Amino acid sequence: MDVQETQRLLSEYLHELANLFHRVPGSAIFLRYVKSSYQNDPIRSAVELFLFLFAVRYLLAPKYSTKPGVVQLSEDEIDDLVDEWAPEPLVGKPTSLEEMEIEKRTVIVGPVGPKSKLSNGRTVMNLGSYNFYNFNTNESIKEKAIQTLRNYGVGPCGPRGFYGTQDVHMKTEADVASFLGTASCIIYSQAFSTISSVIPAFSKRGDIIVADKGVNFAIRKGIQISRSMVRWYEHNDMEDLERVLAKVTKEQARKPLTRRFIITEGLFESYGDMLDLPKIIELKLKYKFRLILDESSSFGVLGRTGRGITEHQNVDAAEVDMIVGSLAGPLVAGGGFCAGSEEIVHHQRISAAAYTFSAALPALLSTTASATINVLQNSPETISQLRDLTKVMWSQLDPRSDWVYCTSAPENPIMILVLKPEVVAAKRLSPEDQQFVLQDVVDECLANGVLITRLKSLDDNFEPKQKVSAALKVCVTIGLTKKEIEKSGTIIRHAITKVLSKRK
Amino acid sequence: MPRRSASTSSANDPSNTSSSIGKSGISVKASSKANRLSQLFSTSPRTKAEPQTARAALQNASGTNTVAPPISSASLSLPTISLSTATADNPNMNEPPTTLFQPPSPEEARRLAKQHAQFGPLGHPSHRYSSRHPGGPFPEPVMDEPPYYYLITTYISYLILIAFGHVRDFFGKRFREENYRHLKPRNGYAALNSDFDNFYVRRLKQRINDCFERPITGVPGRYITLIDRATDDHNKSFYLTGTTTDTLNLSSYNYLGFAQSEGPCADITEETIRKYGITPVSTRAEVGTQDLHVELEDLVANFTGKEASMVFSMGFGTNANIFPALVSKGCLIISDELNHASIRFGSRLSGASITMFRHNDMRDLEAKLREAISQGQPRTHRPWKKILVVVEGLYSMEGSMCNLPSLIALKKRYKFYLFVDEAHSIGAVGPHGRGVCDYFGIDTKEVDILMGTLTKSFGANGGYIAADKAMIDKLKAINSGMFYGESTSPAVIAQIISALRLINGELIPGQGEERLQRLAFNSRYLRLGLKRLGFIVYGHDDSPIIPVLLFNPAKMPAFSHEMLKRKISVVIVGYPATPLVSSRARFCVSAAHTKEDLDRILVACDEIGNSLQLKFSTGVAGGAIPVSDDMAPPPEKEVQWRQKRNPRIVPPRWRIEDVIRRGVQDVKTTLY
Repeated sequence: MDVQETQRLLSEYLHELANLFHRVPGSAIFLRYVKSSYQNDPIRSAVELFLFLFAVRYLLAPKYSTKPGVVQLSEDEIDDLVDEWAPEPLVGKPTSLEEMEIEKRTVIVGPVGPKSKLSNGRTVMNLGSYNFYNFNTNESIKEKAIQTLRNYGVGPCGPRGFYGTQDVHMKTEADVASFLGTASCIIYSQAFSTISSVIPAFSKRGDIIVADKGVNFAIRKGIQISRSMVRWYEHNDMEDLERVLAKVTKEQARKPLTRRFIITEGLFESYGDMLDLPKIIELKLKYKFRLILDESSSFGVLGRTGRGITEHQNVDAAEVDMIVGSLAGPLVAGGGFCAGSEEIVHHQRISAAAYTFSAALPALLSTTASATINVLQNSPETISQLRDLTKVMWSQLDPRSDWVYCTSAPENPIMILVLKPEVVAAKRLSPEDQQFVLQDVVDECLANGVLITRLKSLDDNFEPKQKVSAALKVCVTIGLTKKEIEKSGTIIRHAITKVLSKRK
Repeated sequence: MPRRSASTSSANDPSNTSSSIGKSGISVKASSKANRLSQLFSTSPRTKAEPQTARAALQNASGTNTVAPPISSASLSLPTISLSTATADNPNMNEPPTTLFQPPSPEEARRLAKQHAQFGPLGHPSHRYSSRHPGGPFPEPVMDEPPYYYLITTYISYLILIAFGHVRDFFGKRFREENYRHLKPRNGYAALNSDFDNFYVRRLKQRINDCFERPITGVPGRYITLIDRATDDHNKSFYLTGTTTDTLNLSSYNYLGFAQSEGPCADITEETIRKYGITPVSTRAEVGTQDLHVELEDLVANFTGKEASMVFSMGFGTNANIFPALVSKGCLIISDELNHASIRFGSRLSGASITMFRHNDMRDLEAKLREAISQGQPRTHRPWKKILVVVEGLYSMEGSMCNLPSLIALKKRYKFYLFVDEAHSIGAVGPHGRGVCDYFGIDTKEVDILMGTLTKSFGANGGYIAADKAMIDKLKAINSGMFYGESTSPAVIAQIISALRLINGELIPGQGEERLQRLAFNSRYLRLGLKRLGFIVYGHDDSPIIPVLLFNPAKMPAFSHEMLKRKISVVIVGYPATPLVSSRARFCVSAAHTKEDLDRILVACDEIGNSLQLKFSTGVAGGAIPVSDDMAPPPEKEVQWRQKRNPRIVPPRWRIEDVIRRGVQDVKTTLY
């Protein structure tokens, strides 16, 4: 009875199942396929069955890690390891040099002008700021900034892509582009972050960068983050550059064509010397490289109207693929820019990290940049005045000092003063000692009413390491008279002599 | 498939018709499909669709006044004044009326209108709320999902877009070669931009380019003035038409409404420019440190509850430069997968190993920590020198907050260092506006490094790092931002200092508190309203960032255009800033908005949501109809209570009138 019942139920279920199976679309084809393949070719069916079983086994197999060298540990062991692990402190103790660095940082009370008041109450001649044209105390420029403030507020409260593009930004971009003579221009909200975003926007993994060994920190960071292949050439050595370019071209001859860039500076931030731009243009055209030129120190300084190294050396700015510069230096605004063709600028608007992911430049800084560019353009005499004063300062320091020499180009209002090699050798000064000695010089100058600074540089983690030699930085400004410049030059020279001759 | 239950659709339809008849002058019932389609794709501005209440009329009136080119607006509008009222010939707009009995002169009215266009007046004392964690475990954000129909159509949409792009490329490369020249090697130079990398930008993004980089003028306050532009070549390039449009601003990071060109902040900033000039013209390490910088750093340290701080001139740069100073080779950074690009930029520069954990997933973080500590460095198995966990306080695309209490608990166990990026949360959350620590009532000493921007809540620019004094002293000597970055402009500092003083009550006591509480109220009110209307909204209750999910790529430009027609500017975000499927519109609420503004947004969203089919929430994220007022549970128990009482979750599809009627009353309860 029970058996019968079970049988009946079973057959009923089977019937139901078969019915269901037939109802699935394509089941007839599947059945026909199995039947025919079995009748014609039992071996094939066996292979298929084997494959099916293998697939089942594979899917049921335990998962294993693809990471090599993982040690299997029990939960208790992990807990013990967690208990034992002692991390290093997040931020270490400062070294003596760093302590000095923090302790000696000057604080200016009130405005930055040719004469600035310090936190100790003294008023000194300021030869440390990039306030070459003294635009910072210019009333009409201030008035423009206030007018902007009253119409735009301070911050644009958003990135350029999302309602952060104000008409003043578009105007500044157009102003810089027409000033330089390029097709287009894009502005960033910090000068230091500009080039380190420009480089990776174009140069990717597999691309080739040939760069000067003496380029500034920001360029090094840009190269580092781009992960491109880098070849370095000796600082400002055009023969070495040609050698490197020829070598790279030869190496890459059989490989697929990749983007190639030469990256260098107009006036070098760490040395103050000038680039031979016509030569670079010649080489870049010969070897078919693109040129990224950092004009952070030369824009607004070189040339008859301050258009930079292209104007100074009579090169068409359109010959340079990308000109990167700062609006924060002598132009007393803020932010940086990259000028080039429409295509180059457009690409950055989508892919340069510091542009797309950062808030836009405050409107009042943008209009200030436009205003100061306008002043420069219309009064070349301010620039020639600066150049005359630079000559005056130069004659006070470089030829007349036994201890230091100036590595800057004669046109550069930032004079980088480095200890002469024979002095370093005679006094056995380590790089760190040099920093301390030069800080003493700065202090001595300050005691005599002149504010200058050491060249402040940092080591980074990018190979090969770059060693920027310790130096003094003297910035000329037309806010001071010729007499005052002469006087401060004498003070600096005497301070150097006093400090170094005291040291055994 | 989109809406299965009959109750849903019936709840939906009346709201549509009633709102269109009751609220706006013309019908937007969208009876015929063709009509709806033409509305969707038409670009002609439709001005009459706005609800014409008295308030809106006033706002419009105020709007038309600010249309005039802002520079020298006073002098430009002078002739009209002397024409209409013979007495009002005073060129100074800022001067208050001299006699008591005069009705507000036209200048005064205009001044007030301008002021209100930047910061709306508080409508009712009840429109305030204090943002703080109500206690108990921090709820995981509920990620609602739309019906499969929408996900599948989203994928299909992208497939169609890609297929179309390739077809256009195929023909374009043959017949319009000059358009593709820049993507091919040219006389020995490789293309700057590879064809493949450029495809997305060229064929997908360009279609909706008119929704990005919309130029503006003036203050991005409560209203924002867009400069109208048009295109003749399908968004390749734009030209300005010479007109402007005033829109309600839902797009700027102006949380506390400090984007103002007048008022105490602007006055102090003007004074500072007069006194200090425009910039310090140097780097901080050289001679660019002024007394203002020192003052600001003390103030920021005080505000964040840390011993010391340092400020920089750019928020992106702050993150990009801090990581190399903190970690190096042999250290591990464990970073939330949705962290901002600047954190990734900085982490990559540091040379440390980087691993990521799933967004806000504390279990995943713990697993990653256990693995990292037990396995040590790869290959050598040497222990990590230090582990830095990097999270954001408030995520800008998700609107979610980090789970700080759990992070602190994990930190005690696993001894990692915690870096919290408060770019969006500082000023925006917490009863005192002091960020996520304030929100959760956690001592800031528990967090090692607090980073934040000064761009968003304070209406200025820049970033800061706050930590212990010893740490900051060392960091000031090794941080590249200090050495090479330009020093912050005195004008920007003045704005930040005055904003901070307003928030902490030193300046005009009460105003800062009002801003904080209005922001908190506005955030919750808009979020609740959107949930009740049936939108899928991400993020936590108190977050002022409200992402509204759109899914289908074509709905991004459609939503943006429809909002623009209703004179509301919104940000839309799609791939690659978000996952491919979850395109969204992002609303940034501000303290400058009034409740009426938010109602206007809700009405607009309701109409657009109906016509674009955006109301697909399932109700798991809240917004359900409360049973009755007298039986309402205490807020902290509402979730459990609701689950117990009403196990079947009903998709919320409220009528817009009910949303607005009940909004203020219900905003203080838990929104989940």
